[in-house]
Amino acid sequence: MSQPTTQSKTPPAGPSPLFRGWTPVSSRLNPYLPPIFITLILFVGHLSFGILESYQKTILAIVSAMACELLLSRLLLHKWPNLASSYITGISVGILLRSPGYWPYVVCAMLSITSKYVIRVNGRHLFNPSNFGICAMLFLASDAVATLSIQWGNNLGAMVVIWALGSLIIWRARRFHICATYVASFLLLSVVRAWITGDPWLSEVSPITGPEYQLFIFFMITDPKTTVRSKWGQCVVAFLVALAEMFFRLGQSIYAPLYALFFVGPAALAVEMWINSRRAPVGSRQPIVHTNPVQP
Amino acid sequence: MRQIPWARIAVSIFFLGLLATPAVMRWRLAQRTLAAHSTLDRQAALARHGFYLEEASHAAGIDFVHQAPTLDASLNPIMPEVASMGASVSIVDFDRDGWPDIYVTNSAEGSKNHLYRNMHDGTFKDVAEELGVADVNQRGTGVSMGAVWGDYDNDGYEDLFLIKWGRPELFHNDRGHGFTRVSEQAELPPWINANTAVWFDYDGDGLLDLFVGGYYPEDVDLWHLKNTRMMPDSFEYAKNGGRKYLFHNLGNGKFEEVSAKIGIDSRRWALASSAADLRGTGHPDLFVANDYGVSELYLNDGKRFHEAGQQTGVGFAPKSGMNVAFGDILNDGHFAVYVSNISENGALIQGNNLWVPKEGAPANTVLFENLARDMGVELGGWSFGAQFGDLNNDGTLDLYLTNGYVSLDRTRSYWYDFTKIAGGNSSIIGDARDWPAMDGRSLSGYQQKHVWLNDGAGRFVDVAQAVGVTDTYDGRAVAMADLWNRGVLDVIVANQRGPLLLYRNTVAPGSHWIEFDLRGSSSNRSAIGAQVELAWNDQKQIQEVSGGSGFSAQNDRRLHFGLGKNVQLKSAVIRWPSGKVQRIDSLVPDKLYTVEEPR
Repeated sequence: MSQPTTQSKTPPAGPSPLFRGWTPVSSRLNPYLPPIFITLILFVGHLSFGILESYQKTILAIVSAMACELLLSRLLLHKWPNLASSYITGISVGILLRSPGYWPYVVCAMLSITSKYVIRVNGRHLFNPSNFGICAMLFLASDAVATLSIQWGNNLGAMVVIWALGSLIIWRARRFHICATYVASFLLLSVVRAWITGDPWLSEVSPITGPEYQLFIFFMITDPKTTVRSKWGQCVVAFLVALAEMFFRLGQSIYAPLYALFFVGPAALAVEMWINSRRAPVGSRQPIVHTNPVQP
Repeated sequence: MRQIPWARIAVSIFFLGLLATPAVMRWRLAQRTLAAHSTLDRQAALARHGFYLEEASHAAGIDFVHQAPTLDASLNPIMPEVASMGASVSIVDFDRDGWPDIYVTNSAEGSKNHLYRNMHDGTFKDVAEELGVADVNQRGTGVSMGAVWGDYDNDGYEDLFLIKWGRPELFHNDRGHGFTRVSEQAELPPWINANTAVWFDYDGDGLLDLFVGGYYPEDVDLWHLKNTRMMPDSFEYAKNGGRKYLFHNLGNGKFEEVSAKIGIDSRRWALASSAADLRGTGHPDLFVANDYGVSELYLNDGKRFHEAGQQTGVGFAPKSGMNVAFGDILNDGHFAVYVSNISENGALIQGNNLWVPKEGAPANTVLFENLARDMGVELGGWSFGAQFGDLNNDGTLDLYLTNGYVSLDRTRSYWYDFTKIAGGNSSIIGDARDWPAMDGRSLSGYQQKHVWLNDGAGRFVDVAQAVGVTDTYDGRAVAMADLWNRGVLDVIVANQRGPLLLYRNTVAPGSHWIEFDLRGSSSNRSAIGAQVELAWNDQKQIQEVSGGSGFSAQNDRRLHFGLGKNVQLKSAVIRWPSGKVQRIDSLVPDKLYTVEEPR
C-alpha cells in the first residue's frame, strides 16, 4: 500500500510544528485544545517573561497565516478550511521569529502556509511548514530576522515545566522515542563537538537547555505529517538530524537545528516514499491518482 | 484537452513572490541608506548636509589611547569581552573660564585618567596629574569606568564623581586649582562595580544627589575572583547584577544612601542612566537602561520613585540596553528617549529603541511607543553611546551613535559561540568557565558609526560617511560640546582600547544658534535639571541641563539650540529645579546667554 496515494486525499493544511504532535491526543479530547493551549502558553509566557516583542506582530502573523490558508484553500480546494492549524502556525511564527520589523512576520507566516500547497510530492508536503518558513527567512533575510530564542528566561523552573509538559504530551502522542533519541544523540555528539573544538563541554550542551530547543524537540521534530512512518525510521531520522546539526555547528551555524531539520526531514520522507514504492507489488505500481485539486 | 491549472500557477507565482520579498526589502533599505555609505568632500557635505566633522584630536594636542582592564586570570579566555568597557568622556568647565574642558578615563591598573584643559587657542593640555585626578586606577582600588560632574556643595565649581569597577571616588573641586579626594567624608561605600551614575536633585532641596547603577555585584572583586560564577544568569532576564544606590546629599559633605527607602530596588545589570522631567511635573524622573534585561523608568513624585517601565511601555521587551539620551526630536516640547541595543545580521536583531511619548496621555503620566524603525534609527550594530544635538544648526536635533564591541581578528567571529552560550540555562551562562574562549576572534567589531540627520519631518537619515565620520573603533562614549565657543556642536568619542576622537564641526554659513549657560541660586548651582523651552519662528524646543547621559558620558552643561535660517526669536522660558519659572524675551541669535536663577 502506498502511503502517498492515501495522503493525497487529505487537505494539505496541517498543524504547525509546535503542535503537530498533539493531533492524536487532541482528536480524542477536543479539536480546539491545541490552539487554546498554545494561546495559553503565549499569554502566560508573555505576561510572565514578555516573550513577544509586541502583540501587534504576533497578531499580524496569525492573521496573515489564517488569511493565506483561507485564500489558498478556497482557490485550490474550493472548500472552507479548518483554521485551527493556520492559527497555530501564526503563533509559532510569532514565538520563534524575532525581528524589529513587521513585514517578516507577514512573509514568514504566508510562506509557511503556501509551502504546504506548493511544495508537494505524491500528494504529501515534505517540509515542516513553520520550519520551512523560518529557514527561508533566515536564508533570505538574515539582515532583518533572527530566532535567537531566549525569551522564556534561562531559569530552571521554566525549563522543568516545559520538559515535564512536553514529555507528557509527547508520551501520550506515542512519539516520545523521537525526542529521547534526539536528546541522547545531541548529548553524545556534544562530547564529540567539545573534543573537536576544545570548548567546554557545558558550552556545547548549553543550547539544549534553552527554550527554543525545547520547542524544537517536543513539537517540531515530532511533526507526524513530516516524519517517516516506522518507529525505527523515526529514531534513525532523529539521530540524523542531530548528526547533521553537529556538522552545521562545527561550521558555526547559529541556526544549526533548524537547518538540520530543513534538510534531513524532507530527505528522509523522500527516501521513505522511494522505499515504499519499491516494496509495493509490481502490479500495484501505477501512476498515483491525485484526487486533491492542488496536485498537478 | 487538458485544463490549464491557472490557480496552481497563480499560487506558485505568489510563492515565488514571497521568496523574493526579502531581496526587495533589502534593496529598498540599501537605497535609503545610500547616503550613509557614500563619502563626500568637505564642500559637498557642507552644501548637502550643512555640516562637516573633521577628526582633529592630534591637532588639538590630544593623543590619548584608552587601555582596557586586565581582570582575574580565570577570565582570560573571554577577557576581551568582560573587559570591554571603561572608555568614557565627560565635558566640564572645571576652572570656570568659559571654555569647556574634557575628562577621559583609562581602565588598566596603574593607567592615568586625563583632564584636558581648554587652552582657548584650539588646543588642550592635560592637567590631570597636577590637579590630582590622574592617578586613580591604582592596583587594589579598581579602575575607572566613567565620570560625571556636578557641583554638590554649590560653591560654583563642578566636582567629580568617578565611576569605577572598584572604589568609587568623589573629588572636590578646589576652585579650579586642584581636587581633593573626599570619598570617605562623603561616606561612599568601599566598592561598587558600576558603569553609570548621574547627578540630579531628586527631591528639589537645592542639593545635587547622586544615582549610581551597579553592573557586576558589589561583592565581586574582578581582580581576585572567589569563583567564576559572576556572569549574568540570563541573557534577557538577568537579575543577579549589582545593586543600585541613591546618595541623598545631606549638605554637609556627606551623603546618605536611600535607594530602598524611596523605591529603587533592582539588581538588573545597569549600563546607562539619565534623569529628566519627562512628564512636566517639576520632578526629575530616572531612566535606567539595563544590559541583559528590560529598561526601568523610575517616576518621581518628589519624595519617592515608582518603577513604571511596563506601565509606560519602555520596560516590556528585554534587550541589551546601553544608552539613555533625551531629546525633543519633534520640536513639540516633549522628550524622546534613545536606548541602544544590539543588532547583528544573521545573529541577533534587537534593534535600538526610540521611545517617543504618545499624544493624549493623562496629566502627570507618560506613555511611550518605539518609533526607532519608523524614524530610521533602529539598526546601529552593537550600539553603545549616543547623544542628541543639532549638528547642522537647522533647528532640529540630530543623533550621533557610536558602536562596535570587540574588534580583533577581522576574519573570525565569536558570534556563533556567543549565541551558543547565551541561550543556555542560568547554571551554564552564569559561569565564566563555561564560556568558549574568544581566541582572538571579533564580536561585532570594526563597525561603521551612524550620524543620523533629523529631517524635521519624522525621519532620520544616516550621513556618517558623508560628513567625515569614518572611524571603525570600538566606540563607547559620545559627548557633545561647543568646544571653541563657535556656536557649533563638536563631538568627542571615547573608544575602548582606541584613541579619543575629537570631531571638530564646521557648519555651513547662514544657520543660526543660541546657547544658554545656566547657574542656579536656590536650585543647585550646576542648574542640573533646569529646562529651557525656546520658541522661535513657529517652533519650540526644550532642552534640559543633564548630570550625565548617553553611555559613560556627560555633555557640556551649556545648552545649544540650532535655529536654522531667517530666525525670529520669541522667548526662552526657563523652569528651574526650584520651581521658579523665568521668561526671557528680546533674545538675539548667535549669542551665548549666561543666566543666573532669580533669587
